[in-house]
Amino acid sequence: MEQEQLYKLMQSIFPEKRILTDLADRYSYSFDASFGEYLPDIVVQPSNKEEISKVIKLANEYKIPVYPRGSATSLSGGSLAVKGGIVLDMSQYKKKLIIDRENLLAIVSPSVITADIHKQAENVGLFYPSDPSSSHVSTIGGNLLENSSGPKGLKYGTTKEYVIGLEVVTPTGEIIRTGGKTVKNVTGYDLTRLIVGSEGTLGVVTEAILRLIPKPQARKTLLASFNRLIDSGHAITNILSAGILPSAMELMDNACIRAVENYEPSGLPIDAEAIVIIEIDGHMAAIEEEIKKCEEICRLHHAIEIKVATNEKERDSIWKARKMVSPAITQMGPTKISEDATVPRSQIPKMMEKLYEIREKYELNLVVFGHAGDGNLHPNIITDQRNKEEMKRVEDAVSEIFEAAVELGGTLSGEHGIGTLKAPYMEMELGKDGLLMMKKIKEAWDPNDILNPGKIFPQPGQSKVVLS
Amino acid sequence: MQQDKYALKLYDFAYEAANTCVQCGYCLPACPTYESMGKESQSPRGRINLVKMAAEGKIDIQKDLAEPIDLCLGCRACEVACPVNVPYGEIYEAAKEVITMQQQDKELVKNSSGRVKMQNRVLNQLFPSNKRLRTLGNLTWIYQRIGMYRLVQKSKIINKISEPMGQFEKILPKLESPFERYKFGQVFPPKATKKMTVAFFPGCIMDAVMSRVNRLTIELLQCVGCEVVIPKQQNCCGALHTHQGFIKKATELAKANIEAFESSAAEYFVNNAGGCGAMLREYDKLFKNEPEWKERAKAFVNKTKDITEVLVELGPLPLKKEWNGIITYQDSCHLRNVQGVMNEPRYLLRSIPGATYVEMEESDRCCASGGIYNLLHFEESMKILDKKMEKAKHTNAKTIVTTNPGCLLQMRLGVERSNLQHEVEAVHIVEVLAETCGIN
Ligand SMILES: Cc1cc2nc3c(=O)[nH]c(=O)nc-3n(C[C@H](O)[C@H](O)[C@H](O)COP(=O)(O)OP(=O)(O)OC[C@H]3O[C@@H](n4cnc5c(N)ncnc54)[C@H](O)[C@@H]3O)c2cc1C
Ligand code: SF4
Ligand code: SF4
Repeated sequence: MEQEQLYKLMQSIFPEKRILTDLADRYSYSFDASFGEYLPDIVVQPSNKEEISKVIKLANEYKIPVYPRGSATSLSGGSLAVKGGIVLDMSQYKKKLIIDRENLLAIVSPSVITADIHKQAENVGLFYPSDPSSSHVSTIGGNLLENSSGPKGLKYGTTKEYVIGLEVVTPTGEIIRTGGKTVKNVTGYDLTRLIVGSEGTLGVVTEAILRLIPKPQARKTLLASFNRLIDSGHAITNILSAGILPSAMELMDNACIRAVENYEPSGLPIDAEAIVIIEIDGHMAAIEEEIKKCEEICRLHHAIEIKVATNEKERDSIWKARKMVSPAITQMGPTKISEDATVPRSQIPKMMEKLYEIREKYELNLVVFGHAGDGNLHPNIITDQRNKEEMKRVEDAVSEIFEAAVELGGTLSGEHGIGTLKAPYMEMELGKDGLLMMKKIKEAWDPNDILNPGKIFPQPGQSKVVLS
Repeated sequence: MQQDKYALKLYDFAYEAANTCVQCGYCLPACPTYESMGKESQSPRGRINLVKMAAEGKIDIQKDLAEPIDLCLGCRACEVACPVNVPYGEIYEAAKEVITMQQQDKELVKNSSGRVKMQNRVLNQLFPSNKRLRTLGNLTWIYQRIGMYRLVQKSKIINKISEPMGQFEKILPKLESPFERYKFGQVFPPKATKKMTVAFFPGCIMDAVMSRVNRLTIELLQCVGCEVVIPKQQNCCGALHTHQGFIKKATELAKANIEAFESSAAEYFVNNAGGCGAMLREYDKLFKNEPEWKERAKAFVNKTKDITEVLVELGPLPLKKEWNGIITYQDSCHLRNVQGVMNEPRYLLRSIPGATYVEMEESDRCCASGGIYNLLHFEESMKILDKKMEKAKHTNAKTIVTTNPGCLLQMRLGVERSNLQHEVEAVHIVEVLAETCGIN
């Protein structure tokens, strides 16, 4: 459809100021934190659910794709307008954040920044555990639809464990509610769970009811370094089998350690093959005992150095090393391909081995860090998009990373979602029929393929991601 | 679209830097214009991407890039928030430079708006000349003295001409008479045991309309044991030129200033305006291709200090009198984000006898004065300012302290706009400190 016509259609729904058509504006909504650039025809900024319902109904009538978008921090291309059409910028949606202390709930609109929920909940002694590193930028809507998590996923699980009710505009424009305010709810199909993690392909979320838990009283943090990666793996599995459930267990490999030290020296052992950060939270007395036990187990598995933070400042400096990884590795090149292949945690050492083989084979700048406690690794390839030849090797390497993960009983994505970047590998993990079942759901909900097309499901004949 | 000659320039100047952005969005919450305008093209991530798109020839520099860049405050809060240290300031200035370069082309100038022409004239003729600015300052003094301003205010003549001008006229500080002024080339002896010789940079706007603050600055320096020199041949720092894209002019001004201060043989080069200070502290960036000047500029940069840094280092100040009521502080973006000075002013304010210091929520957020942003983009600026005033009100402060002339005028305007002129005053940090030291 011509842009002018599209503009006229949108004018019947939105005030002028919330319809963006300038080339500069369209380009500003053409990217996210992943890869790729797709120019939408128009961007609209809804502020209530009725507007969304109207857009989607019109979109169905005229067969125009619609892409919901939060803060566009997705690492898998979730909100990209791959087929042109309308970007639905949810970041300007009316903000609502109510903490219901009696029922241990938060009622939020999708545009709320996740860190604001953390803050408000903690103000009254409650806790919303889902904590992606991007939480001070990303919207709760984006978190829900990507089913995000972070270091705390090990103990507290992913976003989906905390969503008990939703208000959704369906791909055909109806406004529905799923779940509710009760923690127990077994009425019919669990549509809430189906929508959470659906990456904006099954509906636009306009409100969510989140479960909160009491805030843990205290926490303790430990950093251990190992000469051999395999030792760190054993330490991790042994801590877990000893009946301790840390709130986080993070792993950095030697390449990460070096990158961080190069970027901002903080006294990390640059010869260590791996460092592991372990955090325990809960009751004061219990954590004292548990952290001691973790220390013992690490030592038993040949940790060369163990540091336990004695105050908040020391804790911050331990976590700083982990937080510096992302910025530090981007110094090695302008293009960062960040994966999040996940394996059962017992397979972490094997997966690491495979990753290093891939690094050697394709001669790539590949570093590994991640949430070792739950098997969620982040192999990152640092490259330069302009180097066409290298990008070809990256494509092959990425395929092999996924093959390795699936072979070891793992999955394509632990937290970043499928988006455009992993769609080609879906069949590899799910099988033909498994994928078909998902596709049937999508077709039933969205017969005209209006909502966020081009995501999750591969294009016919597509079996590899094309980056160059 | 083909890359024309300007796109290629932009590519040369800024593409590498823009390409280091990983589009993570961590800078979005820090950006006041993203917050107030609510769209990605008015965010740091958006602006950087647009510079990239323009350099690649995908969008037009004048039609598509100029406005988003023009609407940036240049507060550089995004730079502090960025985890991968994308040099936003450099990207922004490069974009400004190329945009201006293209506008300067004869044909374009002919067709350009009156605003662009006026801006060129002001920047190239008025600001580089301290003499001309002083004359303007003196005329303003006469104008204020004979009370004409009351007449003008009453008749709202100015408001009829232009709302922003009218609003600003009200908040201009009362100027000192030309007879009270310090002179360029003068040397002031220390009033305590001598600790060092410093050279003072009076600035151009400060010199023209806030010479009282400058005089008090010199006296405070004397109080902590400084011999204060005012180098004779100094100029405007060039910040306004840089922000409007006149890099060549800025480089000329920088060279003259470096020479003037070098010959003062002082240990520190002190200034009291966050914006000027930031420019002075980045002089080395102007000389990418002139190694010899780059070295000299680096030495200059290392000696450049904000007044609050010097007072803390050489203090304590001989504080004598009490100051009543609550004091709050609004950071100058350029002092905080570019020069990295945030503790010193707070430390000094907390040490004032009698007063209670209350930190303002979001004091690190730009007040939207942004050079002459508030004149060029009045409405956008006022939206941000009004929000700032809400936060200021919450502190119940009687005194709002700033460290930059632009911010000071803007806060005064904010006080007027929120009808607080009888309860609240906005002052430069030097004024509070001087008052409590018994200097007037
Ligand atoms: C530096 C960095 C660190 C990160 N760390 C983590 C991490 O630790 N853990 C983690 O899980 N992820 C992480 N991410 C990925 C990303 O932040 C998350 O996926 C986040 O949830 C995306 O939120 P967003 O608001 O930016 O959504 P967007 O990127 O805008 O959108 C994400 C998806 O949600 C859909 N969507 C958004 N809002 C709605 C809505 N209201 N209704 C329907 N669909 C919607 C979009 O269509 C898209 O498919 C990180 C990203 C970056 C850049
Ligand atoms: S924080 Fe830095 S890297 Fe991230 S989007 Fe902003 S400028 Fe780019
Ligand atoms: S300089 Fe200030 S206004 Fe400009 S993009 Fe950065 S944060 Fe926003």
